[in-house]
Amino acid sequence: MIINHPLLGQRDSSEFTYLGDAKLIERPDPDSETATHDFYKYAYLRDNPAGWHKELWFHEAGDRSWLVVTRNTLTHEISKVEMARDVAREKGRRR
Amino acid sequence: MIQKNRLEGGQIDTATLLKFKFDGKSYVGHEGDTLASALLANGVRLMGRSFKYHRPRGVLSAGSEEPNALVQLRSGARQEPNTRATTAELFDGLVAKSQNRFGSLRFDAMAINDRFSNFLTAGFYYKTFMWPKTFWEKVYEPIIRKAAGLGSLSLLDDPDVYDKGFLYCNLLIIGAGPAGLMAALTAGRSGANVILADEDFTFGGRLNSETFSIGDDSSAVWAAEAVAELSSFPNVRLMVRTTIIGAFDHGIYGAVERVSDHVAIPDAGKPRQIMWRIYTQRTVLAAGAIERPIAFENNDRPGIMLGSAIRTYANRFAVAVDKSVAIFTNNDDGHRTAADLHAKGLKIAAVVDVRANAPLSMDFEVLQGQVINTKGRLGLTFVDVKLSDGTIRTLDIGALGMSGGWNPNVHMTCHQRGRPRWNESLAAFVPGDTLPNGMIVAGAANGDMSTAGALHGGAQAARVVLGLKGSMPKLPTAEDAPIRLTPFWYVEGCSRAWLDQQNDVTVKDVKLSHQEGFRSVEHLKRYTTLGMSTDQGKTSNMGGLAIMAELAGKTIPEVGTTIFRPPYTPTAIGALAGRNRGQDFHPKRLTPSHKWALEQGAVFVEVGNWMRAQWFQKDGETHWRESVDREVLATRSSVGVCDVTTLGKVDVQGMDAANFLNKIYCNGFAKLAVGKTRYGLMLREDGIALDDGTAGRLANDHFIVTTTTANALPVYRHMEFVRQCLFPDMDVQLISTTEAWAQYAIAGPNSRNLLEKIIDQDVSNGAFPFMSCANITICNGLRARLFRISFSGELAFEIAVPTAYGDALIRKIMEAGAEFDVTPYGTEALGVMRIEKGHATGNELNGTTSALNLGMERMVSEAKDSIGSILSRRKGMNRADALFQMGVKPLDLSDDVPAGSHLMNADGPVDAAHDQGYVTSACYSPNLGHAIGLAFIKNGSNRIGEKMRLVSPLTGVDVAVEIVSPHFIDPQGERLRA
Repeated sequence: MIINHPLLGQRDSSEFTYLGDAKLIERPDPDSETATHDFYKYAYLRDNPAGWHKELWFHEAGDRSWLVVTRNTLTHEISKVEMARDVAREKGRRR
Repeated sequence: MIQKNRLEGGQIDTATLLKFKFDGKSYVGHEGDTLASALLANGVRLMGRSFKYHRPRGVLSAGSEEPNALVQLRSGARQEPNTRATTAELFDGLVAKSQNRFGSLRFDAMAINDRFSNFLTAGFYYKTFMWPKTFWEKVYEPIIRKAAGLGSLSLLDDPDVYDKGFLYCNLLIIGAGPAGLMAALTAGRSGANVILADEDFTFGGRLNSETFSIGDDSSAVWAAEAVAELSSFPNVRLMVRTTIIGAFDHGIYGAVERVSDHVAIPDAGKPRQIMWRIYTQRTVLAAGAIERPIAFENNDRPGIMLGSAIRTYANRFAVAVDKSVAIFTNNDDGHRTAADLHAKGLKIAAVVDVRANAPLSMDFEVLQGQVINTKGRLGLTFVDVKLSDGTIRTLDIGALGMSGGWNPNVHMTCHQRGRPRWNESLAAFVPGDTLPNGMIVAGAANGDMSTAGALHGGAQAARVVLGLKGSMPKLPTAEDAPIRLTPFWYVEGCSRAWLDQQNDVTVKDVKLSHQEGFRSVEHLKRYTTLGMSTDQGKTSNMGGLAIMAELAGKTIPEVGTTIFRPPYTPTAIGALAGRNRGQDFHPKRLTPSHKWALEQGAVFVEVGNWMRAQWFQKDGETHWRESVDREVLATRSSVGVCDVTTLGKVDVQGMDAANFLNKIYCNGFAKLAVGKTRYGLMLREDGIALDDGTAGRLANDHFIVTTTTANALPVYRHMEFVRQCLFPDMDVQLISTTEAWAQYAIAGPNSRNLLEKIIDQDVSNGAFPFMSCANITICNGLRARLFRISFSGELAFEIAVPTAYGDALIRKIMEAGAEFDVTPYGTEALGVMRIEKGHATGNELNGTTSALNLGMERMVSEAKDSIGSILSRRKGMNRADALFQMGVKPLDLSDDVPAGSHLMNADGPVDAAHDQGYVTSACYSPNLGHAIGLAFIKNGSNRIGEKMRLVSPLTGVDVAVEIVSPHFIDPQGERLRA
């Protein structure tokens, strides 16, 4: 596969390490009253869609960026590649 | 030596004589021959034995689709099994052997299987070897294994080099027949960056096998001229002997270039093969078509071949398979073969056509009928033809061509889950609507079977994929015959009509499979083995599908095809491995002290990709334990030095550096003073320990984090994840500096005395107490880092210098330490000392253990949030009987306590249900004089002094042990604070 890195352009997927569901960005609030249950869901529950999937890839043999790649798990078509840091900020993550 | 079946003409160089051997007998052939064509020229039709029944078999085809003529090529270390004689290029000195025979090729003892064919039908193995059950492993399987299989391996290392390479182009053209050449000419003239690849050693495809003309030239001459023009384009790369093996995601194609397969030994510096990864935006698939046989009684005798193959051998290789030939056909192409052979002066006994409306000829007899049987034990002698009026004619011939129509080569169109589409007029599958991205199909592969159609299709395809403007180039006039075909798959009423000759699958087997309830085409394949092995059913699948459809009362497209998967043809493991084999399987990383360690007699061990000194063998030491015990005792009594460069080092800088460390470590770092180091435990978000190490604070906004050697990469990845994905606005930067610093541990009571001789600062206990760190200089000005940390439990320091000075520093340490008998120690002594001290490593942080298990539950700070802190407080991870890291020692001090053994209550049953824990690390302690171990034990902290059984039923371990503190040496830590 080829991943179109937002900063570096097209790169072979062999330069990357795969992590999984981009929902991992949405780490729950540790101070919430439901924190234990929220973290249980965060750590263990994942969707496994046959189709479009947002997932985390790390450009390990490259610039060390974490990327959010929107990929179709049936066809391997990639429709969008974003810097994970930008996605995290969009989701309200800060310091 | 006379080649009795050699004709005039052809594309061979008769001036060059090439000597070769087949089954020990010498023959000659010419440059331009394949092994198959040269054998046929010498009158050799019998080339192998079939897989199951050991039936005598000859060559069926003239290409890579060959199911039968598989030989063992070359000898010695270069021996290569299952090589298709039809694609093996002849070279001087070639040696080949036939396969799958017990005895000689002519008298094969296993041919007895053929007599029992009624029993050896589809599913025979599944049905027969079911009982008695115990017989499978000891009796049946070894016998079957010996009898099955085709060629054999030499079991010697392959002496040749295989390479990998990367290529980029605007347009990849697969196949260099009329469509591929025309596409390449069109694209090449436009200036596009083109790769044209063909598996054959000569470009031209079928153009080299035909007698018709293109424009004013013969088809072969036209092809040669096209290649000459293409060679003049700097933007076109021509790749002969190159098979595209697969169409992978996003325009990536795998290609195997057989650089040296056509010579006895690769030229100096040349690889045997190259596995190319071709990145392309567009692809024209011009892979042509493959002729299919017809199933009839005993249609597998040597001499019975595809009609087009007989034509290829005559026209391209100037070989008559036999002087007297017949053709069995259901379409006009069979007549073309007959006409070509007649023109070559061969006798056409008859063209047997199943059609009522078959064209007639002035040159040979055309019979309406079917071939119903053949004779000839080791090669065809007679065929029986049943004419349409019911009479039987016997033809006395040595070669029979089968022409059942052509299958477009859709293989590569299906590599991205595409499904081919049925074409009624061809009675064949053609490429479907869903092709790999950027691919377009042209020529016979697309169902355009005439030469004119292929030339037009190739030019058009190149224009479309490249978006070329302007009018279509003027194409030369060429053969443009229509397809006239009546689908015909098999002759009725046969008991042994072969569909798949490689796997010995008959029409009857397919019927049996249907009768036994196998309805899916994929099940048919697995049950009968139709379409398996090296040819993957290139000539046999369609026949099987047609019969299955007929039995099920369905159409062929309703039955569908099995899935085509890469590789297109068998690919050598060597080509896939490239240079990554043996010592070079993965990169080897050497520490800065490697050369020095070699000089000291170090024995090395792989740790990840690193080579680390395991121990340093001195003269006279005969057992590794002698060396390790000496290193441990010398370190604990005076001073030892160990290369710890391989530990991961991450430089963390920024205003939020301390906040960041507070997140990744479960214990607190915000209050760590500048100039101090702290042990840190990292958890995964699920509360399990991820890694441990130390972090030293060199400045308010600057930390050095160390990781274990094995986890250097995953931990760095995790830290970047936390930084970028969880806390994107933290002011913190990370960089791995593992390779930038050479680092040595200097441990033992004399370590300070040694250090004082080489460093420029005061490192007295007052000035540089336990857990200090600092930027320092050594040897009058060289920058260095010093950490007062201890893994061994002794007074110890770790000193780091820029990598380039690593070799100089170890030599300096050895020189300065000579007066203290400084002793280099390796990873084994390191391991012994940390077990003696009760320090955890990867054996304990094994992906299942929590801070509590490790005895560090109080480190998980409740005052702050950190990765894993929430879930580490879960009830299930804090049970009263949770595993706890403890020490074990044998009651009988001469016993071992092997790691991996399990602990059981002294008086309880020994079974998994009563498991009390297990030993993670064990060694012989030279300081204590007996074996010791670290173990996870249920409720372990409350069981000190308890006697237990340590068992490993599998390996026969059963030792009485006592639970003790994991701190075997200096439990109060007085030495390291000295």
